Amino acid sequence: MFGYRGKALRLLKSLEIEVGDRIRVEKGDRTYEGILMPRSELGDPNHVVIKLPNGYNLGVKITKETKITKIEKGKLPKLGLPPLEVKRDPAKPDVTILGTGGTVACRIDYRTGAVYPAFTPQEIYSAVPELAGLANIEVMEVCNVLSENMTSQLWARIGRAVAKKLNAGADGVVVAHGTDTMGYTAAALSFMLKGLFRPVVLVGSQRSSDRPSSDAALNLISAVAVAGKSDIAEVCVVMHGSTDDDFCLIHRGTKVRKCHTSRRDTFQTINDIPIGMVRNGEVTTFRQDYNRARPEGKVELDAKFEPKVALVKVFPNIKGDIIDSLLDEGYKGIVLEGTGLGHAPRMLYKSIRRAVKLGVPVVMTSQCIWGRVDMKVYSTGRELLSLGVIPGEDMLPETAYVKLMWLLGHDLSQEEISSLMRTNISGEISPTSRPDVFPTPPVLRTLVGESRL
Amino acid sequence: MGLDYKKLGLKIGFEIHQELDTHKLFCNCPATLREEEPPIKIRRRLRPAQSELGEVDRAALAEAIKGKGFNYHVYPDTICLVETDEEPPHPINEEALNIALEIALLLNAKPVDEAHVMRKVVIDGSNTCGFQRTILIATDGYIEIDGKKVRIPTVCLEEDAARKVREDVSFVDYRLDRLGIPLVEIATGPEFSDPHTPAKAALYIGQILRATGKVKRGIGTIRQDINISVSGGARQEIKGVQELALISKVIENEVQRQVALLEIRDELKRRGATTVEKKFIDVTNVFSHTKSRVIQKAIEAGGVVLAVKLSKFAGLVGKEVQPSRRFGAELADHAKTYGGVGGIFHTDELPAHGISIEELERLREVMGASPIDAVIFVADIKDKAEAALSAVVDRANQALIGVPEETRRALPDGTTEFMRPLPGAGRMYPETDIAPIPITEDRIKTIKSSLPELPESKKKRFIDEYRLSESLAERIVLSENVDLFEALIRKYRVEPALVASTLEETIVNLRREGVQTVNITPSALEEVFERISKGALAKEAIPDVLRLVASGISVSSAIKQLGLERISKAELIALISETVRSNLNLVKERGEAAIKPLMGIIMSKVRGKVNGKLVYELLERELRRASKVQTP
Repeated sequence: MFGYRGKALRLLKSLEIEVGDRIRVEKGDRTYEGILMPRSELGDPNHVVIKLPNGYNLGVKITKETKITKIEKGKLPKLGLPPLEVKRDPAKPDVTILGTGGTVACRIDYRTGAVYPAFTPQEIYSAVPELAGLANIEVMEVCNVLSENMTSQLWARIGRAVAKKLNAGADGVVVAHGTDTMGYTAAALSFMLKGLFRPVVLVGSQRSSDRPSSDAALNLISAVAVAGKSDIAEVCVVMHGSTDDDFCLIHRGTKVRKCHTSRRDTFQTINDIPIGMVRNGEVTTFRQDYNRARPEGKVELDAKFEPKVALVKVFPNIKGDIIDSLLDEGYKGIVLEGTGLGHAPRMLYKSIRRAVKLGVPVVMTSQCIWGRVDMKVYSTGRELLSLGVIPGEDMLPETAYVKLMWLLGHDLSQEEISSLMRTNISGEISPTSRPDVFPTPPVLRTLVGESRL
Repeated sequence: MGLDYKKLGLKIGFEIHQELDTHKLFCNCPATLREEEPPIKIRRRLRPAQSELGEVDRAALAEAIKGKGFNYHVYPDTICLVETDEEPPHPINEEALNIALEIALLLNAKPVDEAHVMRKVVIDGSNTCGFQRTILIATDGYIEIDGKKVRIPTVCLEEDAARKVREDVSFVDYRLDRLGIPLVEIATGPEFSDPHTPAKAALYIGQILRATGKVKRGIGTIRQDINISVSGGARQEIKGVQELALISKVIENEVQRQVALLEIRDELKRRGATTVEKKFIDVTNVFSHTKSRVIQKAIEAGGVVLAVKLSKFAGLVGKEVQPSRRFGAELADHAKTYGGVGGIFHTDELPAHGISIEELERLREVMGASPIDAVIFVADIKDKAEAALSAVVDRANQALIGVPEETRRALPDGTTEFMRPLPGAGRMYPETDIAPIPITEDRIKTIKSSLPELPESKKKRFIDEYRLSESLAERIVLSENVDLFEALIRKYRVEPALVASTLEETIVNLRREGVQTVNITPSALEEVFERISKGALAKEAIPDVLRLVASGISVSSAIKQLGLERISKAELIALISETVRSNLNLVKERGEAAIKPLMGIIMSKVRGKVNGKLVYELLERELRRASKVQTP
């Protein structure tokens, strides 16, 4: 019952006390009166939690001398906002918000004592009424998982919902998603939505929406603006562009990565510049080479993924057994996050050769995150190439992983896979390496001097 | 004032907020206050969150309506991502928790078995995350004042808020240096019924806090909030009373205010006043040729003059509710808070401020106002003027009912101004980023075994053990130098009263002279008393030595500069006999009475280098010898 177990649960049950009841707890020279609150499961089983009339919670340890009496049957604390009904305005774009779980939509969870995805998309809408001024919002829940629990089946389910909504006339789709694996889902959607003619925007939040300082509202407003008003017919991620509540950046879905564990501006476009930005609901683009939106079109869903693909980080002392066991387990593809320009130690050569012989493509990316692999500079790289390793250009390891899963889902020959991995399909490979996209910590401007940077 | 407080049903309780002397509560940043301009400013906004019980708090809503943005001042060397709300809180500062428990035990409060960190929604921007983290750590304590028990229902440990440094119409600037400093909040019951006992109780609690030796000292490190109500009135929370001396005055003024507001209500009832409507009329035309600079400027800047009629309010808007604050000032507070305007005009104060009788008459005519009605008007941009008048009407309508519950800010003169409506109880919900904290019996036992001596018993001990006078003992006990005092007299053989008076009188006097006494370090004081204990420095020289030490030099250089190196007894005897010899005439004329002027001459040469008593004895002996020589 609401996180209670063991001793506390037995006692409460025997007294017919439920969460929400007003109770009196006496223990030695102390007496507390208040409402019985849910117990975090992470807490021990020996305390009951009560909320005093002054709003504070406290835990009372149950011992022999603890006496609990029910004063009054209570009501369960009600969560949630009243759903907000808004009439459709034909002059405004129609935007569908797809809910998948994650912190753009969450509330307090008493089971784990942590923030947990639970607001329905309707509730998001009623929490951010500004959306009404931007678009006619439709909401739909696709799934409800923390983003670390996302799977390729769920990618496909999200893709199906997006395609359905766009083909049914939505002007744009927003996918509310947990931030941890948002980059992977963005890449997956980028590959699977063919003939995209309207914006598809992934959005999330780094500060849970149950707090006044949440970044969720600005992110969501900006995402809806891109989905409803922009001409960017691509899969993109829209999140805070700085630590300020000022503007959001529009990142290409295949080039974006979560780069900080907790900051609002965690998402960065790697090796390139973002597509644009949103400030006060107005979209500005930074580049011209994006796919333009069209009023009509048809999205075709190509959502076949091979789930048995692994992303393996190379490290000193790594042994071939890691790759061997993947092959033994029937893995169909391997993306290596190599060192530097795309290297792996000689110790792996034997297993890599075995993989290639078995028809398992091995793709090389770099754990440096920034930069392009180049396997012709050092002998190691040349040797790996000659073993049949596919160089992943300037692709993000995560994007290369998703791309390989997608290609392997399509019954292609080894040569075709090798060639397609090196060909730009959805903005994942930049033809040139810009000299101005590697970030410098702001503190260096002070330490070194602006002019030297 | 001669008010009968008992009859008025006066009820007072207060909260003391004391900063603890340790690092921040939920991160490892130091509690360092910064005064220079910050290298980084972060711009944020807040939205009201849903509380655990499903309601948005009304104070939270009020702030949201104000809709200001916030500039946070960040100093990256002493402020981390936790204060900027870019990283979850770290586990609680255990030292702070121990200090808070120690304070709770000294206040006879009973610690909880398990402490839960709560989020108290505060969206005025003073907390970057939009809530203050606060923990109830003990309940049901008490202290005794004049033999009477005063209940301390709760002792909480919480984060201090950011410091507001600037505010304009659209932004508030906060410095994040203070945000997160651990604060103990001690609340008394609402059981005081006169304006004077609360100050005494606050003083006593302050003494207990300082007895721990683990709380911060100085301006702003201890603050009082006062809760006041009178029967028929409403509860007011008055924030930020920094001086004890102001507590009684704030209370007296608040009682006067509530009595006056109730009189206004009764008068409105008698006149048959009804709910004021938000019917705003543009009266810019009335003032097209006005001599009022404020109105001229507003119109030139594209603004309008917007007015509203308060039916049957004539005379009441101008009624004084606090010393030199009229009811009109309360309306203006709301207009400023919600409309961001500079102020309001009301007919009870006019004609004045450049507004003529003719304008006033036309205004009344346009508004359809009879002499029993008041008219309020604002000159500003239309949106702001509307928001301001809307807030004025809301406040005026509350006057028909009585006294609204408010959080008010204490001003230095003891009056108060409106801050926001009093927060409801729904503004707390659990901080899910931090697990509940069990407070074990072992932990309590350890803290109990080393509780500090309380001021009362320490004072008694100082009188008995060190023979200090009652008043000096009291001063040293309440002083931040109390530990230094005991350390000095344990280390050196010196008169305790001399040490106490040096710390509490000499240094205080020097400070009053404008001497930078902060430069007098404990180690400098040790050096001074060491010399005194060895007879190498005379106590008369202490003020001069310390004055020089405060200017930034060492004790030994100060002594040298003052020419206070000790002279030997032989040198002293030589000096005395030399002086007597060259003043033989004086000795002849005055006999033994010559000792006084001679003492003066000698002391002027050796003051500070030698004990005056010794000079007197030696001089006396020398004189006796001299007179023997003269009378064979």
